[in-house]
Amino acid sequence: MEVTQVLLNAQSIDGTTRKNAEESLKQFQEQNLPGFLLSLSGELANEEKPVETRKLAGLILKNALDAKEQHRKFELVQRWLFLDDNAKSQIKACLLKTISSPVSDARSTASQVIAKVAGIELPQKQWLELIGSLLSNVHQSPAHVKQATFETLGYLCEDVSPDVIDQDQVNKILTAVVQGMSASEGNIDVRLAATRALNNALGFALANFNNDRERDYLMRVVCEATQSSDMRIRQAAFECLVSISSTYYEKLASYIQDIFNVTAKAVREDDESVALQAIEFWSSICDEEIDILEEYEGVNGDSDITCFYFIKQALPALVPMLLELLLKQEENQDQDEGAWNIAMAGGTCLGLVARTVGDDIAPLVVPFIEENITKPDWRQREAATYAFGSILDGPSPEKLIPLVNVALNYMLSALIKDPNSHVKDTTAWTLGRIFEFLHGSAIGLPIITQENCQQIVIVLRQSMKDTPNVAEKACGALYFLTQGYKEVGPSSPLVPFFQEIVQSLLTVTHREDAGESRLRTAAYETLNEVVRCSTDETSPLVLQLVPVIMMELHNTLEGQKLSYDEREKQSELHGLLCGCLQVMIQKLGSSEPTKHVFMQYAEQIMGLFLRVFACKSATVHEEAMLAIGALAYATGPDFAKYMPEFYKYLEMGLQNFEEYQVCAVTVGVVGDICRALEDKIAPYCDGIMTQLLKNLSSNQLHRSVKPPIFSCFGDIALAVGEYFEKYLMWAMSALQRAAELSTHVAGDDELTEYTNSLRNGILEAYSGIFQGFKSSSKTQLLIPYAPHILQFLDGIYMEKDMDDVVMKTAIGVLGDVADTLGSHAGSLIQQSVSCKDFLNECLSSEDLMIKESAEWAKLAIARAISA
Amino acid sequence: MFGSMLWSIWQCRNKIIFDPEIIMGENVVQQSSRLTEEVFHAYRQKASDLPKYYVGTGIGKGTVPPVRRPFKRAVISDQQKRRELSLLRQAQNRCNAQHQARCLASSILSLQSSAPESEPEQSDIEIETVPETEYESENLSKDLDVRRASTLRGPEVRKWFARQLILPEWMIDVPDRLSQDCSDFNILYVLARPAGKRCFVVSSNGTTVSRQLNGSILHYFPSALPAGAKTRNGSGSAQSYCILDFIFHESDQTYYVIDTVCWNGYSLYDCTVEFRFYWLNSKLEESCACNAPSHYHKFRFSAVSVYNCDQSGLYAAYTGAVPYVKDGLLFYNKHAHYQTGNTLVLVWKDENCSQYAIDTDVLELQDDRKLVTSDDPPVLFGCLDGDFIEKSGVQSGNLLRFAIGDGGLSFVDGKLEKADLIYLGKSNRARTFADSYSKPVEIIACRSSNASSNYKYSRIRYAGYIPVHGSAFSSKDR
Repeated sequence: MEVTQVLLNAQSIDGTTRKNAEESLKQFQEQNLPGFLLSLSGELANEEKPVETRKLAGLILKNALDAKEQHRKFELVQRWLFLDDNAKSQIKACLLKTISSPVSDARSTASQVIAKVAGIELPQKQWLELIGSLLSNVHQSPAHVKQATFETLGYLCEDVSPDVIDQDQVNKILTAVVQGMSASEGNIDVRLAATRALNNALGFALANFNNDRERDYLMRVVCEATQSSDMRIRQAAFECLVSISSTYYEKLASYIQDIFNVTAKAVREDDESVALQAIEFWSSICDEEIDILEEYEGVNGDSDITCFYFIKQALPALVPMLLELLLKQEENQDQDEGAWNIAMAGGTCLGLVARTVGDDIAPLVVPFIEENITKPDWRQREAATYAFGSILDGPSPEKLIPLVNVALNYMLSALIKDPNSHVKDTTAWTLGRIFEFLHGSAIGLPIITQENCQQIVIVLRQSMKDTPNVAEKACGALYFLTQGYKEVGPSSPLVPFFQEIVQSLLTVTHREDAGESRLRTAAYETLNEVVRCSTDETSPLVLQLVPVIMMELHNTLEGQKLSYDEREKQSELHGLLCGCLQVMIQKLGSSEPTKHVFMQYAEQIMGLFLRVFACKSATVHEEAMLAIGALAYATGPDFAKYMPEFYKYLEMGLQNFEEYQVCAVTVGVVGDICRALEDKIAPYCDGIMTQLLKNLSSNQLHRSVKPPIFSCFGDIALAVGEYFEKYLMWAMSALQRAAELSTHVAGDDELTEYTNSLRNGILEAYSGIFQGFKSSSKTQLLIPYAPHILQFLDGIYMEKDMDDVVMKTAIGVLGDVADTLGSHAGSLIQQSVSCKDFLNECLSSEDLMIKESAEWAKLAIARAISA
Repeated sequence: MFGSMLWSIWQCRNKIIFDPEIIMGENVVQQSSRLTEEVFHAYRQKASDLPKYYVGTGIGKGTVPPVRRPFKRAVISDQQKRRELSLLRQAQNRCNAQHQARCLASSILSLQSSAPESEPEQSDIEIETVPETEYESENLSKDLDVRRASTLRGPEVRKWFARQLILPEWMIDVPDRLSQDCSDFNILYVLARPAGKRCFVVSSNGTTVSRQLNGSILHYFPSALPAGAKTRNGSGSAQSYCILDFIFHESDQTYYVIDTVCWNGYSLYDCTVEFRFYWLNSKLEESCACNAPSHYHKFRFSAVSVYNCDQSGLYAAYTGAVPYVKDGLLFYNKHAHYQTGNTLVLVWKDENCSQYAIDTDVLELQDDRKLVTSDDPPVLFGCLDGDFIEKSGVQSGNLLRFAIGDGGLSFVDGKLEKADLIYLGKSNRARTFADSYSKPVEIIACRSSNASSNYKYSRIRYAGYIPVHGSAFSSKDR
């Protein structure tokens, strides 16, 4: 097969040619994988071939070795490992050869492929000569080979986990890299590649950073590189410092002064891309110290990392430096969604500093605000406002409230009157931050009173007519203003303005330019919060809002044949409107009188949701699914009438592995429907149970969906009672397997958390099943499973790592088993290793929910034993 | 540019292979040029963070420092919030379903009877040796037979649980034979009932839980009741607990106490109303539970003014201004003990003292298609024909809502002979029991009185003279 031509065709502008080429590549791969990969590597290595085909060959090769999805990645790794050894060594030889190619694109592509192969083979103790042969390149080779070699080492360090490479090789890599960075290396590109490689290799250098002499040396090399004549090297060197700040925070004490000096110089004088990294260093130190200090507070100084208070020490110099940066705004940065510049980085860092040091920041920033806020130059007014907004999270309310009381009126008037749009944008944002952090029932002294509340509402409504970016921030401010009154109830000063606020928000959603600066989204999100915080006084207005939103949704469904872009937009709008309806259903459904009135819309709303589903053929709309869950819960058994039409979408949602959130949401909705329909769900259980069991056994489905699937078994069993018999064997064996997996697990916090959620799911399933069978004539069917369940409970009790939720569910299961099986369970429980201890522990628990479940279990067990 | 083109091709290929549904709105060239633009755009912004060689290589991952999100942007993520709130609701509902199924009423009741036995440290339960009789003695009455209740499932459980609270009897009409000088004149209390959710509030071990009639949890909060919050100085010993009968008044988020079952470990089940009210007033004040909400006391608690049921008391309860929305009047017999289920607490409603219409009646459909009230024994109201049952999909055990038709109710010899019922639909799921016999009778009485408001008031005045042992109201005492 003439690979070159096919690869060229695969990039053809002509669709048919391209399609044919892709088809033949696919066939080639399927028929002869080793041959396919070999010819790709040959193409990549062949200097005669055009650069386009060499690059594409390399890319396809890389994609044959790695994928984003875990399960796919695993398959590819296995496939490579079982590939013919001869083919593999030929491919690897081609790759190594390509590193020396004069064509830089070919070299670079080969570097990445080598790293992927290394990522697979090194953990298997294969291709051990790779690092040695790469290192031999860095001594006498021409510059472009050295450069490609460092690039390869960099990628390799990215793809291989540190424990795979022994310290001796790490030392050799670091030595080579540091040498490549040094002044003795004449070629700038080589030094750049070496500096970038060092960044990736830092994760391997733990032992070296623990050694004072080696650490001093590495730090010196990095700091020297920040002074390089080449801008890219300086930037790469600061990137190294950023990595070091998070990986080796506790080793920085003796260098921090020097680092401050080089960063301050870079921030003030250097090119923006370098300055941004220098600022990032301090932001990263803030992140570290915030984490450490939070841990201090959490476990009473139990943290194993010391806080060195670098930020606190640097404060008098750091803050003025950051304030200076705020004055370097770009024109129109607020309209540009992704803008990131030195002023924004400075503000972000200032905000992090405020969170790190708290009250101490105020005296350093307040004079700057006072000096600049009234200046004629918009940059000064904007910088002053931005500085104020940045420090609102961190210092205590006692410190900030007096400042806010002074500033609030000024801000309100600036939001309307300031001639500059940047200033208005930042002012609206700052108001939002004020309401977010300093307004609400938790704050003792209210900053908003009955009097100024009206003015705030007027100003924000006015501001919502401003340019999209300003209006979006005004919506955000209103969001937090509303949220702050959530706990207040009927006395909320917002009650009188409810209608006009809602009207303004609806008007915003209809603006022609609502698509800019995510304005429409912000308006709907604010509307949702307004609904969530509505009270009995305003619920009639929320009820009136329901048909309005329904009409909006209806209108979006009227469109004709839509283009791809239009469909994307429609889908986004569906998300917003279904989200809004969901919030209203949940709110109105939570109180009897409003629910009663709301239910008159239920049928029409359901009709709309079904039409939203029908707009997508391959998947279901997550937001519509969520909303249906809320609707089912509010509707109760009557929801049965929608099931015939709704069922196929339910199934579709359960089958969506790719967007696992959709799958997870759908699993939750199955639970809602079970509770709504109770035994009327039985006709649909065959399909649902089959799909759920399939999902459990799939390795493509994100693991986070599996615990809720188990819980869902419980929901179904509780709803259908003994009808669950037909699934019992399958469900129990899946539960049993999962239970075994979740008892002997040791791992990090994340794994423990997952294990606990899995246990909780399993236990909820057992509870549902046992409760469901209770007082049926078929309880004896459950008897064979009891020993395993008790063993499982013993197991998790012994592990001593369950959280309160699991504890509560677990003790409940013990009660359920005893309750449903009676005397059959009595003897088993008496023989159990730890049931008694477990029960006693729960009975004396601080947690009322655990105690309550335990009391129940105690009664049930006592009955089972005495029976 | 080239890289992004490749990427487009690759994606296009993937789409073709994996997503046959897709309609190619833009061809690959358009898409790749758009993508190039996006990449350059992204590159411009992230120039500082993104080493050049990551651009355009298809899959890039790894140690590129994360782009710091400009913190002026996108403060709210409502979608995540919606997801989380939904999960919370689902978890709560599941929990409620399980609690109901487990009949956790049993734990409330056992809490009440077992707590005084011993220190919690010593509550080392001897599973093997718990004698049967101990449980027998713990049962407060046959009605509270936990063992029997625990064998129930689903709706039966909810019903059982609901019966643990006093259910007020509807006051029907003033029997003619009342005389002014009735010696029972002073045996009633009257109070204006707050509108809202009736619930049990249990404080124990540093937390307070309120549960509605159907057993579902309404709130879970700290309160100033003994053992109701984890305070620093700690209120009361570990085994203290309270069980109170409340109405949660939604609009001002206040719990109005209407009765008490247990106070600080002391059972008031066997005490008279008079004593319970006296106790409640003094103890509530003592505990500061009526103070403004605070960190350790999340909801406002408030007592309701109770009047002696004489003319002025009745008048005060009926017309007096109260800080809550009124929903009828409640009458208590001063000498009655706290009884579960239907009992001698009477409720009166008309539109002067309640905004809630009382036009419908909830009845339970039995196996034999008969419609009955919640009285013990149930009063038969009618019978559904088989056709109707089939068409409407109702099942035995369902609670159904009816309006009373123009035909009203006919009585023969004081017994209900015929009722004109109009089927409205199934009752709300939160309902756990049918109305009692007196409700439909009240509806008729109320309707007939609409002609004259004076008459209504005069009936209210009469209500003060009802002898509580009068046969019309003693369904429970049989």
